[in-house]
Amino acid sequence: MYVAVKGGEAAIEAAHAWLAAARRGDPAVPELGLAQIEQQLSLAVDRVMAEGSCHDRGLAALAIKQARGDLIEAAFLLRAYRTTLTRFAAAEPLETGRMRVLRRISATYKDLPGGQVLGPTFDYTHRLLDFALAAEGAPPPPPAPEAEASGAPMPRVSEILAEEGLMRREAPGEAAPPPDLTREPLRFPAPRALRLQALARGDEGFLLGLGYSTQRGYGNAHPFVAELRLGEAEVVLHPPELGFPISIGEVTVTECQMVNQFAGAGDAPPQFTRGYGLALGHCERKAMAMALVDRALLARELGEEVAAPAQDEEFVLLHADNVEATGFVEHLKLPHHVDFQSELEKLRSIRARFEAERAAPRAEAAE
Amino acid sequence: MIRRAILKAIAIPGHQIPFGAREMPLPYGWGTGGIQVTASILGPSDVLKVIDQGADDTTNAVSIRRFFARTAGVATTTRTAEATVIQTRHRIPERPLREDQILVFQVPMPEPLFRLEPRLAETRRLHALADYSLAQVKLYEDIAQQGESASSYNHPVLVNGRYLMSPSPIPGFDNPKLDRNPALLLFGAGREKKIYAVPPYTPVKSLDFDDHPFAPMRAPHPCALCGSTAHYLDEIVTDDRGGRMFVCSDTDACADAAAGAPR
Amino acid sequence: MRPGFADPVLDAQAAFRAVMEAMARPGRVLRLAAPPAPPPPLAPAAAAALLALADAETPLWTDAPEEARGWIAFHSGAPLLAAPGEAEFLLATAAMPPLGLLRAGSDEAPQEGATLILQVEALRPGAGWRLSGPGIAEEHRLAVCGLPADFPAQWAANAARFPRGVDLVLAAGDALAAFPRTLRIEEGG
Repeated sequence: MYVAVKGGEAAIEAAHAWLAAARRGDPAVPELGLAQIEQQLSLAVDRVMAEGSCHDRGLAALAIKQARGDLIEAAFLLRAYRTTLTRFAAAEPLETGRMRVLRRISATYKDLPGGQVLGPTFDYTHRLLDFALAAEGAPPPPPAPEAEASGAPMPRVSEILAEEGLMRREAPGEAAPPPDLTREPLRFPAPRALRLQALARGDEGFLLGLGYSTQRGYGNAHPFVAELRLGEAEVVLHPPELGFPISIGEVTVTECQMVNQFAGAGDAPPQFTRGYGLALGHCERKAMAMALVDRALLARELGEEVAAPAQDEEFVLLHADNVEATGFVEHLKLPHHVDFQSELEKLRSIRARFEAERAAPRAEAAE
Repeated sequence: MIRRAILKAIAIPGHQIPFGAREMPLPYGWGTGGIQVTASILGPSDVLKVIDQGADDTTNAVSIRRFFARTAGVATTTRTAEATVIQTRHRIPERPLREDQILVFQVPMPEPLFRLEPRLAETRRLHALADYSLAQVKLYEDIAQQGESASSYNHPVLVNGRYLMSPSPIPGFDNPKLDRNPALLLFGAGREKKIYAVPPYTPVKSLDFDDHPFAPMRAPHPCALCGSTAHYLDEIVTDDRGGRMFVCSDTDACADAAAGAPR
Repeated sequence: MRPGFADPVLDAQAAFRAVMEAMARPGRVLRLAAPPAPPPPLAPAAAAALLALADAETPLWTDAPEEARGWIAFHSGAPLLAAPGEAEFLLATAAMPPLGLLRAGSDEAPQEGATLILQVEALRPGAGWRLSGPGIAEEHRLAVCGLPADFPAQWAANAARFPRGVDLVLAAGDALAAFPRTLRIEEGG
């Protein structure tokens, strides 16, 4: 006789034990240390920090180890952890214009104040598997050549354009504090501050696909990378009881500003508009895709036709979060036999009526 | 913040209240809304029961019950009669609920119109206007094409004559239990960040037409374990030659009936 | 400064459950086991409801005098407002602010209607008004002492704009009852 699925508890315990063993892999292979992950899988760490909305490289490395390298699972672990943290204060807006730059490129000018700084990039590597890396125990690579930082200010390209009056001026932040996606649900129409928050923690792959679609005609974008910069930005706190701002450290961020043409509408003259991307850590692809999507989502405010998926803010923002998306897609693994049973009975009932009706005319014809 | 949302949900029966759902240690879609609602109401004198598909021993029910036993130190039970708070996914217990009980539903998609209109800004407007013609037209088309409503679970209900509401994916069989239930019914959707409620004794009517009244369905068999002809049944495939057996989905009600306990 | 809840977690939970139960079964009178002992003129049940629900994110209006205001601000963290019409929560210890002047929300967001915690002289179940609506099987009876004479008319006007409206928590001593906007009131007979 069938007995209903008993022993769920034992099964879960056993599954967790198996998972722990699978995570460790062959015990003959040395265990991966968090420092190794943090140092040598640093872009994975950065992605997990960005999508986990929590700037802590050590915790991100731990999450990656625990998640067996599943970066969405790792972002989820980090998010679940960050929810439990007390919020002490809100920092002042990051002054990314004054960041200590590790990389800064502009595609719109051959040269510009502060210059082009290539930095640590895959851009001009030839994508050939480097079998030398397979040989473990090799000495570390020789230090990269160094030069003295110029110290010259690196003005933003968007500012250079704005001085000429060619860049759309964005309304400065309202006096009211910006909405906080981590404390209140998304609402529509979403103000840009809320959109950017959602995009900043959004899934890199989803934003990549959407950003790409705007380049292929779904959203009519003509983007230029005005500037892409990677560097250390100072985090400044202004405790009211202190009365003056203090620096509490630096965070690595990637910022992308895209310029796009805009035909003008109403009183607005033809001008450039800006798409903005910012991500924790070194996440160029993410920041660029975010900037493309941010610009596409400006359509409503600019009076452009909203026709492409990337311009549809409900569609984009409600589906960009990979922790939400993976939960709901994967929940289909949970038992659904009660609803399925009702579907079975429903289909049987509808089929019986269908068969009866199909048989009826024939019976009439035979009479 | 969740508590404030719950109070407003009770004051406006069937209306979805947005709330700032947080990441939980369980994935979205696996009961985070129900867990947040349960956690916000649970007290030291409560006795918690968790069911999934009607059963206490399904893996997700086990996992959520363990979560609360560990983090809240709350007493748990599998007996519907002993519970003060019951968190459920996809079923309403067979045993009639009492005034001193609260049923917390895990809700995947709180918006009853989402298959007909996915835009939340638009459905919010339709709820404000109490314009449910989309759902009525869909039901009419179903009946015209196939003779009956096409929805077998998660069939929308009208709460207190005003708000169209998703009862969560319970089978239509359970819909009548929502009507004038003595227990407080709370609904939590974590990923969609909505909470809603049906206060005790509130009229809840399944969407239908006078000439095609809503008809709850169950498999036309007795339970193979307890013999019940009144409980909702799971269909179990016993071999690859069409063999089937039917057993109660509500494991507690089944055990009671098998033991001949008075209901 | 007098203390708030003796046990901030458990007492707040118990107070919330009482308010929830009161809101779910309108007109039923619940007694709080462990309310705080607030400075006068705050009623313990009103103070308990407020501390269980208000926090730094809920703009609050109250007519309470200075010491009580300080107690509320300290223990709830809620920002105090001068105008009742803007408040999400209100605590009235003396005259009831006219319901029509309070935040009622919109048809799309009726949950933004205010919650008014109103101190009254006494709550007597089993007599007085006949209450019906969601949460009530047949009818609940409740006599409330200390409401303005035109309260039934104000309440009817509040109910008529459903789903917009204001919800009420009535507090007397360590007892409370609630009137959600769906409640219908008929004069007793």
